[in-house]
Amino acid sequence: MSARVVHNVGYDLKLALPLAGFFLIFFITPLILLIFISLHADPELKRFGFDQFRKFLIDPYSLKVLGQTLVIGAETTVLCLLLGYPLAWLFVRSPGWLRSVLILVILLPLLTSVVVRTFAWIVILGRLGIVNSALMTLGVINTPLRLLYSEGGLVFALAQVHMPLMVLPLITALSRLDPNLADASAALGAGAWRTFLRITMPLTLAGIIAGCLLTYCMSLTAFITQTLVGGGQMLLMPGYIYQQVAATQDWPFAAAISVIFLVAVLAAVTVFNLLGRLAQGVEHG
Amino acid sequence: MRRRADFGAVSLHLTLGVLAAACLVLLILPTVVVIMVSFTSGFSLRFPPPGYSLRWYVGLVDAWQLQFAALNSLKVAAWTTFLSVVLGVAAALGIARSRQLSANVLDSLFMSPLILPGLAFGLAALIFFSVIGWPVSLLTLVIGHTIVCVPFVVRTTIAALAQLDPALAESSASLGASRWYTFRRVTLPLIGSGILAGAFLAFMSSFDNIPVSLFLRSAGTDMLPIRMWQDLESLLDVRIAAVSGVMIVATLGLMIIMERIAGLSRRLR
Repeated sequence: MSARVVHNVGYDLKLALPLAGFFLIFFITPLILLIFISLHADPELKRFGFDQFRKFLIDPYSLKVLGQTLVIGAETTVLCLLLGYPLAWLFVRSPGWLRSVLILVILLPLLTSVVVRTFAWIVILGRLGIVNSALMTLGVINTPLRLLYSEGGLVFALAQVHMPLMVLPLITALSRLDPNLADASAALGAGAWRTFLRITMPLTLAGIIAGCLLTYCMSLTAFITQTLVGGGQMLLMPGYIYQQVAATQDWPFAAAISVIFLVAVLAAVTVFNLLGRLAQGVEHG
Repeated sequence: MRRRADFGAVSLHLTLGVLAAACLVLLILPTVVVIMVSFTSGFSLRFPPPGYSLRWYVGLVDAWQLQFAALNSLKVAAWTTFLSVVLGVAAALGIARSRQLSANVLDSLFMSPLILPGLAFGLAALIFFSVIGWPVSLLTLVIGHTIVCVPFVVRTTIAALAQLDPALAESSASLGASRWYTFRRVTLPLIGSGILAGAFLAFMSSFDNIPVSLFLRSAGTDMLPIRMWQDLESLLDVRIAAVSGVMIVATLGLMIIMERIAGLSRRLR
């Protein structure tokens, strides 16, 4: 019976073949080629060897760039969670008309060009920007602070650019939550904070992890925001790759940095996925 | 006891409320700032602007470099969307209902460009095209963009198919409709808005792409976001604020239309 149904209405897996072929030629082959190039010892591509990877792994500067990228991604993710969770919480408690307004506010940054969003931060954090003007008017400072090209400025800009990716999965998780559970917790005498920290947050852990995965990976790879707000002194991995290609034309080294960066991002994805599995165990167990 | 519980609830709601408000300010502020600065009468990105005028919008009329780049970006985004919809919808139909392992593997493969660093793929694509001897052109840009934009179409189409009641297609088939007829008259109308939402996301994402374009464009195929990025890095040109203003209004308009006809926000969660 079921075989007949599948035969009648199901679509053949073969329909996926054109896209699979497209990916094989223009996605997988280039990535394999990238790995192949990275395994060359010299820019003329004459000698094979792991020299480029060794060069990266013993160079304190390269390791600092990698470390800084991973740390700034983590800081951005924490800030997104700290501000995004309350917004998602507010969203699911809002009446319908307010929800339509809120979803517009959350989605607009997601769809606005990244250059435009980053440009706004140049205006906000610049020497004559809002923050400096406000602080000087209030008499807190006499000379403008250097906010642009600072780590703090970059983390705030990255958090704003990627906030929707944190808030959307949290909204999904929070709206699936059974309100009876919080009521039951309150009826059993738990305070509001205890209920929030021990019932609401743990039960939305899968959404938290999904949001963290997206914001973390996206802030690691946010080339435009990193270069415009972080500037030259705050070189991160994507900028490092671009610099090697544009300035020094050292293809094997650029390819090796790309491979190391790909592996780092894949490792992060794997960790988050493992955490996600554990979280589902918590929710169902 | 009752009093303490109330205090807890009030302080929790106050904390969450304040943080949510801070988040809303963070989300809205940049858009408002860009719009205000774009109407400045001055020559710098000073905020608040010393006065207001339309001069920078008027200046866009003969900013031929920006117009040329915008036209290229539109062309690439249109072709990318077309290719993404054709390949993506077919692939989504193929893997949506399949429980085979290969369908799962393909699904992960098609989604991977969303997470992997676009810059690394851009570099890989540039190396690939130079090895096979294709000069960078609008074609290489469209191919590169399709790889990073097709996941949106695949995802929204699979989600729309998952909500589709299989009984509908079954009844159509048992009434003697051919498979193609059933697809055209039953399935497609029901998943159409899902495909449309995916096409919209693919278009916006292509129009905004920098990491892939950075490696696959040439002087003859300048792209708008890259031109803006380079102008911002070298000179803080106020015209970029005017371009940004135009883009924000266009995005907002398209978003509201898409929300009406395709239920965009439901499909992003």
